[in-house]
Amino acid sequence: MTGAPLRGIGVGGGTASGPVARMAPPPALPAPREVAAGELPAETAAARAALTAVAEDLGRRAAAADGEAADVLTALGMMAADPALADSAEAHVRQGQDAPHALTEAFAGFAATLRAAGGYFAERVPDLEDLRDRAVAHTLGLPMPGLPDPGHPYVLVGADLAPADTALLDPAQVLALVTEEGGPTSHTAILAKILGLPAVVACPEAVSLADGTPVLVDGTAGTVLADPSPGQVADAAAREERRRRAAAASSGPGRTADGHPVRLMVNLGAPHELAAAARADSEGVGLFRTEFLYLDRASAPGAEEQREAYRQVFEAFAGRRVVVRTLDAGADKPLPFATAADEPNPALGVRGLRTAVRHPGLLDTQLAAVAEAARSTGADVWVMAPMVSVPAEARAFAERARAHGLPTVGAMVEVPAAALRAGQLAEVCDFLSIGTNDLAQYAFAADRMLGSLAELLDPWQPALLELVRQTAEAGAAHGRPVGVCGEAAADPLLALVLTGLGVTSLSAAPGCLPAVRAALATRTLQECRTLAGLALAAPDAVAARTAVAEAAGGTV
Amino acid sequence: MPERNVVIGSSSGLHARPASLFVQAAGRQPVAVTVGRPGERAVDARSMLSVLALGAKHGETLVLAAEGEGADAALDELAALVAADHDATESA
Repeated sequence: MTGAPLRGIGVGGGTASGPVARMAPPPALPAPREVAAGELPAETAAARAALTAVAEDLGRRAAAADGEAADVLTALGMMAADPALADSAEAHVRQGQDAPHALTEAFAGFAATLRAAGGYFAERVPDLEDLRDRAVAHTLGLPMPGLPDPGHPYVLVGADLAPADTALLDPAQVLALVTEEGGPTSHTAILAKILGLPAVVACPEAVSLADGTPVLVDGTAGTVLADPSPGQVADAAAREERRRRAAAASSGPGRTADGHPVRLMVNLGAPHELAAAARADSEGVGLFRTEFLYLDRASAPGAEEQREAYRQVFEAFAGRRVVVRTLDAGADKPLPFATAADEPNPALGVRGLRTAVRHPGLLDTQLAAVAEAARSTGADVWVMAPMVSVPAEARAFAERARAHGLPTVGAMVEVPAAALRAGQLAEVCDFLSIGTNDLAQYAFAADRMLGSLAELLDPWQPALLELVRQTAEAGAAHGRPVGVCGEAAADPLLALVLTGLGVTSLSAAPGCLPAVRAALATRTLQECRTLAGLALAAPDAVAARTAVAEAAGGTV
Repeated sequence: MPERNVVIGSSSGLHARPASLFVQAAGRQPVAVTVGRPGERAVDARSMLSVLALGAKHGETLVLAAEGEGADAALDELAALVAADHDATESA
């Protein structure tokens, strides 16, 4: 029987329906059990058998997968099959621990070493925790945690997705994502956008959805309806079909129905994303994050290494625009040579452009490398600084960039103070780019990493949209383009609102662009302005989205 | 004992795909191979976690060592894997 839909935050547009398959939760570790001397061989065998079972399960899944998923599964399987891990677990059993605790200790030992190695190596710690949960579940006779494998397409429901899950998830089997936790910038949300899956995050009531329950997920409205009627499913399917057809049919530069240009660009943050990003139908890179060059090393990369990395990107985008964001160190991206380790609150500390005051050489080396790479390629290279707070910072950055021969210089608007003084920023810069994720974090005093504050971080929050409006109007008054390069730009409905607020370019994951392009083509600039007015007038994010969705008539 | 000193070519270090390729290749060799930093304790090259736990980064030098029939050929193959830039071929 159909009841009221469950509400969450919609991320990744579109709708899908299908049966629920839940992610099994990680097993709870039982109280330690005394292992008698006579039980040692059996306990050792149980620990080894668990690791073998996990390795075999992952090996089977790797054989059935391809591409990046196969690589990840293979690497996970090799970790589970590692002889040193089994030896360590056995040593813990011999010290009198039961198999679940011995496995836990063995994994903890390797996790501590990887954590100490830092960078990419520390990022493998969640993988070890995932493997540990699988092995412990096996010894306890519980289902293996992680992604389900029901043998038919399903709507994935769980607490939240782990980073490792995102690579393992099979887009041919998963119809939609629903998570109890997470927010608009969580792994789940980012994955949903890349795969083009409807998703609803921060939906605590999803805990009530049992395996096999049919659900209708609406990633635009942010709702999950259990036991939908056949008519509701058919309506949604027809709407989805129209949406997909429109997205597939659209191509070329972004335009509203009346021809107002809205530049559509891709975000790029790692070399392995380059090929797909360059293939995408886009007008360039709206946000080229350069941190990948600096992470996981004791000292900054030299000019030559940087130049080569930039050259590859610029060549792939010859004839198109590439907006390079200079190093955004600090907060969630600490670097030993750029950031202080002793800040009590790194998100409010010396980060982004602020590090350039302490380490001017880092920025100069980077600007010189960007300029030199730009000269040898055919891309239209722009540079912008992250975390600008006051016009003087933007002016100093612009002067330095121009001194290196980079003609087009911008400032990111991520700090509310910068949005409120966008006119003065626009006087000293050639363009502005709004990072909605950080701007929401600072405007709402809500940590981006905290799933419990997801509602405040919703890009539909009218106060956030008001800051976007002020920035866009200030840019227009000075004849400066104003882009948006946060998660907000990936939402087709919100893209209409941003356009109505005066934003001139949108930059998102490559997979998001077709839907955004198709949505823009259905509305005139004046209609976008009307939708923007509805969103700004709403009391909260849910009301803003609902008002705009109703006015747009479900065609987006 | 035959040894090879080799500089890590992949930009992500001996991690992810480069580490998988290395450990898989080590497992195929007829002899046991160890890997470590010069002057430090070496680990079993067939142990994925031990290799990852080295935290060996781009540009660092590693020492590969093995003994017995086929040791030299095994070391040559593994040294070539460590020196190659697997991240670059992936992104090209």
